[in-house]
Amino acid sequence: MIDKLDAALRFNSEALNLRARRQEVLAANIANADTPNFKARDIDFNSTLAQAVEQGRSANALGMTTTSARHLAGEAQALPDQDLLYRVPTQSSIDGNTVDMDVERINFADNALRYESNLTVIGAKIKTLLSAVQQ
Amino acid sequence: MPFASSSMNIFSVAGSAMTAQSQRMNVTASNLANAESVAGPDGEPYRAKQVVFELAPSGQQDTGGVQVARVIDDPSPARLVFDPNSPHANADGYVAMSNVNVVEEMTNMISASRSYQANVEVLNTAKTLMLKTLTVGQ
Repeated sequence: MIDKLDAALRFNSEALNLRARRQEVLAANIANADTPNFKARDIDFNSTLAQAVEQGRSANALGMTTTSARHLAGEAQALPDQDLLYRVPTQSSIDGNTVDMDVERINFADNALRYESNLTVIGAKIKTLLSAVQQ
Repeated sequence: MPFASSSMNIFSVAGSAMTAQSQRMNVTASNLANAESVAGPDGEPYRAKQVVFELAPSGQQDTGGVQVARVIDDPSPARLVFDPNSPHANADGYVAMSNVNVVEEMTNMISASRSYQANVEVLNTAKTLMLKTLTVGQ
């Protein structure tokens, strides 16, 4: 039963995770707009999300340290390895920086909006599940 | 769950950029203030300072915040002004002034200010998103 609830929200939580990660990458791009030789990075959202949903997360990456044989093995799930890609610069700058402020800010705003809409979907889904439980 | 530590990281990334940009603005202010300085405490003409930014890696992959790697002295030669009456004048009557380029410093300041504003915006967006995340399912 519980795993079904988990499965119902799984896709959305993976998508939200990835949006949060992308938001961070874009924030790093904006922060490094004046750093010489910094290369702008981004995530291919579609393929990474498909990979995260299909293959699941690699379970071996995060585990708790046990100091006694009688401890329970704490198995946390790690985020899938996200491939950070390099953005192709439209106008190269002389200091080797490939951050295009306009592109980054548009992407940042777009990603923030999609994150919010994802949150709305999750909220609605939780409400639906809740009303089903309370019948 | 969606509230990964990565979204917390945005604050440190944007915060480091704001610190770096304000340090850049500080250096610009010092340069502008000393644009007409004839000599510093060591008797040498003031040299314009410039900050050098570098990436402050936050994890295994090469993204992250910014840090000021070092502050360098502008190597361009001092500006010579003909003023034989000045006590700092050399044998030919020239005074070595600071090598600050005022136009360059002004554009530098505007650039730093814009970058600072962009990072403030990033911070505000991240804050809004996190607050919305806290209310999910209510």
